[in-house]
Order: sequence, then structure tokens, then C-alpha cells
Amino acid sequence: MHANSQYRGLRSRKLRAEFSIVDSVLALRKLPAFGDIVKVLVPVKRVVDYNVKVRVKADNSGVDIANVKMSMNPFCEIAVEEAVRLKEKGSATEIVAVSAGVTQCQETLRNAMAIGADRGILIETDAELQPLAVAKLLKAIVDKEQPQLVILGKQAIDDDSNQTGQMLAALLNWGQATFASKVEIEGGAAKVTCEVDGGLETVSIKLPAIITTDLRLNEPRYATLPNIMKAKKKQLDIVKPADLGVDVTPRLATLKVEEPPKRKGGVKVADVAALIDKLKNEAKVI
Amino acid sequence: MPYIAPLKEFQFLLETIAPISTLAETAHFADATPDTVNAILEESAKFATGVLDPLNWSGDREGATRHDDSSVTTPKGFKAAYEGYREMGGMGLPMPQEFGGLGLPRSVVTLTDEMLHSSNMSFGLMPMLTQGAIEAMLIAGNDQIKTMFLEKMVAGEWGGTMNLTEPQAGSDLALVKTRAERVGDGTYKIFGTKIFITYGEHDWTENIVHLVLARTTDAPEGVKGISLFAVPKFLVNANGSLGARNDAYCVSLEHKLGIHGSPTAVMQYGDKGGAIGYLVGEENRGLEYMFIMMNLARFGVGLQGIGIAERAYQRAVAFARERVQSRDVGAPKNPSVPIIRHPDIRRMLLRMRSQTEAARAIAMATAYAMDLVDSSDDPEVQKVNQAFVELMIPVVKGWSTEMSLEVTSLGVQVHGGMGFVEETGAAQHMRDARITTIYEGTTAIQANDLIGRKMAREGGITAKNLINAMSVFASSLSDENHIHLKATQRRLREGIEAMARAVDFNLAHFNSDVRACFAGSVPMVKLFGIVCGAWALARVGVEAAHRSAANHPDKAFYEAKLATLRFYVDTMIPEAIAAADTIVNGAEGTMALEETAF
Repeated sequence: MHANSQYRGLRSRKLRAEFSIVDSVLALRKLPAFGDIVKVLVPVKRVVDYNVKVRVKADNSGVDIANVKMSMNPFCEIAVEEAVRLKEKGSATEIVAVSAGVTQCQETLRNAMAIGADRGILIETDAELQPLAVAKLLKAIVDKEQPQLVILGKQAIDDDSNQTGQMLAALLNWGQATFASKVEIEGGAAKVTCEVDGGLETVSIKLPAIITTDLRLNEPRYATLPNIMKAKKKQLDIVKPADLGVDVTPRLATLKVEEPPKRKGGVKVADVAALIDKLKNEAKVI
Repeated sequence: MPYIAPLKEFQFLLETIAPISTLAETAHFADATPDTVNAILEESAKFATGVLDPLNWSGDREGATRHDDSSVTTPKGFKAAYEGYREMGGMGLPMPQEFGGLGLPRSVVTLTDEMLHSSNMSFGLMPMLTQGAIEAMLIAGNDQIKTMFLEKMVAGEWGGTMNLTEPQAGSDLALVKTRAERVGDGTYKIFGTKIFITYGEHDWTENIVHLVLARTTDAPEGVKGISLFAVPKFLVNANGSLGARNDAYCVSLEHKLGIHGSPTAVMQYGDKGGAIGYLVGEENRGLEYMFIMMNLARFGVGLQGIGIAERAYQRAVAFARERVQSRDVGAPKNPSVPIIRHPDIRRMLLRMRSQTEAARAIAMATAYAMDLVDSSDDPEVQKVNQAFVELMIPVVKGWSTEMSLEVTSLGVQVHGGMGFVEETGAAQHMRDARITTIYEGTTAIQANDLIGRKMAREGGITAKNLINAMSVFASSLSDENHIHLKATQRRLREGIEAMARAVDFNLAHFNSDVRACFAGSVPMVKLFGIVCGAWALARVGVEAAHRSAANHPDKAFYEAKLATLRFYVDTMIPEAIAAADTIVNGAEGTMALEETAF
């Protein structure tokens, strides 16, 4: 099964931004003038490819990722694509892709550059990275690069945390629009259509801001083969967490990772009464 | 079930039989670093699975349509898919950077081509023919021709075709009648009919450049009087823009057994006063240029055989895992099992899988030799590798396509009755494969090339060198511990011995009893295919055994390589030995029957 499809119908819970408060904070900042074009930072994560059926390690310490195919998190791909579209529309000047993790994340950054990012930054570490640590690392990069917009995937398909974008917004004290399915930049603000439980909500947030992408935002292009070759020649800087002054020590401990319980065989019920009885007393769902 | 590119296998071949990292160290292929190549293969695989594969079956159902105004519409979705292919830069992959291409090694393009043909052979034909036309112009075209056509064609903005065949001139091009009259301004007017012109007309590009074989008015008889002309559908103005419609029209499309999605045109030149053509190279040397280009075209058709075989195998495996029928012969009291459990289904699937892998490994060894010719600055290395390439081209073309007929037919057989109905898709692969042993030179033409031009003409030097190299390799297997490599050594030696016997027979009789040699020429292609396949698979197998012994995390993948090799040498080498027997002893029987008695 196409693992991506499980995300297609997914309406995730949205962390609702308190826009009145955010607006008052933003009012104190120097804002980009009307018509400004922005610099965009796009964090990308290297994850197990969505086609791979993952297996739990024998010692239940995690998922076995030795020698499985890795690729860019699909939501991050959407984020890169959106940034490239903004650039093509003239709304963005430069796109910087950033990734945190092992040295092979360079491939993920090259991929982002093949789609259209101008350069890449790898925060190289072998340590386990949890969302808060990643958000702190990204904050340090934002401080250095001074983008007006950070576009992230709403979540990564490996741990499904759905936290990094929101945490980064909090650390930066920036506005956030999450689960975006449409983005327009105009007059120093981003008009973003967000997917919420009840449907769609369109918000306007002042820049600088954080946007996280949902599946319907766009369909990422195929990287052209000449661009794949050009990506190899684009600038890729490598820094260490210590260079950024960030402590990435995990704050959470993983106790145990297990496969979901196997589905048990079904039974035929005699009539509606029996069904209701089972739902009430066996399944305890009504 | 969708086509999934065997990327892991591709990767492994690029680490063993066609080591890409070595090529990337040369100045010529410096851009082709393993990580870049990997990204290119992955992106091409996504395109094949996501765009081309979904159009394969619908394209076969719908076919191409010619309209009264001579225009042609390709099946729904094909034009948009081509747009994607063009934007992606697919056409320029192997082409020189000077004309906007990427200049990637043949070892890489071999794999991207395979994916193209696995996912949609009808689609893959257009890039294949256009690239062939580009090659011919690169080889022989003057600056005017190159400037006029190449950049647009490498970018995929204009298509290209190859016009050789006429109703009376098929394999024998000496019979070509199409005329070329000198206009006086350096151009020619072309008159004649060409048939079987793949993508002779279509709706993908604004212009199509036809390469046409024709005779100038005072040309000598036979093959020495044939010239090559570029005849664009629309003439090209000095500033590169499109000019008048040329007198080159598609007058009908063929109704074919397979490759329905691709239009196969009858082209009429000169019915309205003459089609303007530009001479490519020099007069009367057309066939010579064609033959240089033909090597690549034949190699490309071999890749079609491999691609379609891979596709048929994947479909058959998926079916065999799902289809529950009959009990396990070894456990008759238990319930019915998926048919993949039955020994004969295993036999069929393994024949499919192992021959496909063997043909692919030969093609990759050949492609790598082409890359060494292109990238080495040592004339000796170039000479040796060029000779190997020339020897292997008829094997890659002849054997890969012949084995694809068996493999796609077995694909239908695995499906049983479900394979005979079109809806499962297995039948389409069989129909599509059927052309590959015919076009760009039938199997017999490849076989004649192998035993004559590539073997007898040079006294068998290259063939004997290959046999020696294989023997040295077989001896080196004594150092290996894996049980399947031990078995391979014994079988490979038997195969090499059979090959040496057949080659000796051919060399000894080519001058004294040439009919006897030609009677066994197609078996010779099969023998070369099987034995070289064993050699190529075993070379890859050695590395697989080492990685497996070192408990590589992907041990199962490498063990599967070795198990496949084991099946191949145990069941295919006996067929090579039989082929050698046919070559040495079969001629009398082949020639005995009186012609009138047929």
C-alpha cells in the first residue's frame, strides 16, 4: 500500500494560533514593506522512504533503519516545492534548505536543491534529534540567515510528531499558519488557507512567519535531470550543533517500540441486537 | 500492479560490473558521481512508475489515430507525459553537453532506458528513435545540419525518425529505390515511399526531422549508392524559426500485433513536387553512417527486451503470490496454496528472472566497455573495449530479445487462463515483445553479424580473447567458498568449453562450408547469450557472496542473487551445450530437405 495515501485523508489536529496576541507582538517588529519579496528557509528531513514497510528492531528499541531506502519526507518535499513556486512567482528571492542529522542528509539537501533550493545547510550530528532540539537548531539558523519565511512540512512520516514548526514559531515568537493548503504572499503578510477539522480557514499572518504544509498544498514536481546535476555544484555548508550553541540532548526517553497488534479475525453476527451487544460489551465502543 | 524499478539491483551493477565510481574519476565523466547518478536513477524511476506505467495499458487499448489531414493523435495522456519527459531533460541524458545534453555514461543511460521500456515500450520508442537520429547527425552531419537541428532535438523540442525500409527493401537495403535529385543550391528533392516509420507522425512536437536513405540520380547500384538525408516536416528558416510545410506526409498507420500506443507510419515523400532534404555527410556513404548509429540502436532494442522481460516477471510474481490454487504437492493434506509454492511455477518464474538478470548484466558489461572507450586516453584500452562492444552488440540485441519472447510467454503461462485475456496485462507484454526480434535487424541478421563480421572476418581474435578471459575468471572461482559459486565454476567451465567448440567450428568452416555456419548462426547467438550471461552474473555473484559472508545488513538480497545464479547455471548451461551440438552437427539436417519438398 502506498504509505502516503494514509496521509491523504488525514485531517490533523491544528494547534490554533492566538492571532490577537501574535499580532500585538509582531506590531513591535520591523516588518517587510508592502511588495517585498522574501528569503525563505525550508527545513527538510531525511526519513525512511514512504514505500518501505518498516520493521521493529528485535530488541524493541526502535525501527530498523539499517540499509532501508531513505528519502525526503513527503511533507518537506511539498514545502520545498511551495518555496520554489513562490520564487517562480517573484515572491521569494532566495531559498535556503536546511537539514539536521547524519552526514547522508546531504543527499536530502541535494534533492531539495535539485527541486530548486539555492543552497543548503547541514547541521551534522549523529545524535538522536527530538522536535524541540530541531526547533532550537532551526532557531539558531534563522537568527543567522534572517529569512522572512520558514516553510516546513507539518510532520515527518517517521515519528509523526507534528511539533517542530509550532515549537520553532514559539521560540522565535513568530506567527504561524499550520496545515497550509494555499499560500500567497502580499503586502508583508502571508495569506494562508489552513486545513482545519471543520474545513478550511483562511488567515493572514504578518511576516516573518512560520508555515507548515499539508498534502493538498501542491504536487511536487519531478526534479529535472539537468537540475540534479546542477544541484551537485550548489553551495552546501556544514555546521555542528555545538557551533550553534545548541544542546540537543533528548528530553524524552523511548521505553519500547512495538508492532501494532495483529488484526483478529471477524465474526458474523446473527442480528442487529447481537451486533449492538458486542459493540457495547466486547468492544466497549458504544 | 505498478512497475517498480529494480533500483537496488541497478545500484549493485553500478558497484560491480559497471563501476560508476571509477568512471567518475575520469575527466570525461567527472559529473557522474555515484550520488548524482543515484539521484538521476531515482527520479527516472519515479517518472516511469508515476507517469509512464499508468499509460501503458490504456495506450495499448486506444492506439494511435491518423486523421484525414495526415495528422496523427497519440493515445490519451501520451502527449502530456512527453511534455514531462522533455521538461525533465530525458532526451539529452546521453547527449554531448555541447548541444545541451548531460553527457552521462552509457552505463547509466542503459538503466534509464530499461525503465522507460519496462514502464511503457510504446512511449519509449520515440526517444529511442530521436536519439538514434541525433547520433547519426553527430557522427556524419556538417555544421549546417548540426546547427539547424541538433539543439532542438537534444532538448526534445523536435522529434526524429529513421527511414530505411521500403516495401521491397527490408533487411536488404541494397534494394532502396527512394530518389534524391540535386536542386542546385546544395539541397535535394526527395521522392519515394518509406514504410514502418516509428513515430513518423505524432502530436508531441512542433517539428519532426526524418532521416531518409535515398539514391542520388547518378549513384552506383546496390549498397554503395545510398545516401542519408535529413528531411524536416517543417523547413527551418535561417533564424531557426519554422518555415514552410515540407512535402513529407504520413499516408497511413499500420495495424500491428503490439506496441499499439506508438504510431507506425507509411511516409510519402515528394508527391507534391519533392521534399526538401539536406545531405548528411557525403553522398553514397549513407549506409556506413547508418551502421555506426545502428550499433547503438541495436543495443537499445536489446534493452527493450530486458525491460519488457522485467515487467512481465514482476507481473507474474505478483499474480503467483496472490493466486491460490491446488495443494502443495509435498503437503497434500493442507489447504490450497498460492501457486508460487508449486515447483513448476518456481521454475517458470526463475527462468524469467534469471535470464532477465543475465541479459541485463551482459548489457551493463557492454555499456561499461563503451564508457571506457569514451573516457580512456589509452589507445590499447579503447581498442580492446571497442572490439568487445562490437562482438557483444549482436548478442545483446539478439539474445535479450529472443529471451524476452520466452519470458513474456512464460508470464502469460504463469497467469494460466487469466493470462490469455487482455485485462491482466500479461498478454500485452508478450505482444509488445514480439517486435523486438524483428526490427533493427532480425535475430538472423544479428547472428550473421556475429559469426561473420564480428568473428570470422578477424579470425575470431576477440571471441577467443573473451573465451580466455572467461576461463581465467572461472579458475579464480576456486578461491570462493560459497556453495553456489562452487557449482557455478563447474557449470561455467562446461559452458565455456561448448562455446570454444562452436567458435572453432565456425572459424574452421566459414570459408569452406559457409552454409553450414549460417545454419547454426542463431544457435550461436543463444550460446553466447547463455554463457556470457553466466559469466556476467557470476562476476556480480562473487561480490554478492563476499557481502553476504560479511553479514551485510542486506544479506537476503545478495543470497537471492546467488540462488538465481545457481538456478541459471544449472538449467541454462545445458541448453548452451545443446546449442553447441546443433552448431557443430546440425547443418546437414538443416540443408538436407529439397527446396521443392517444403
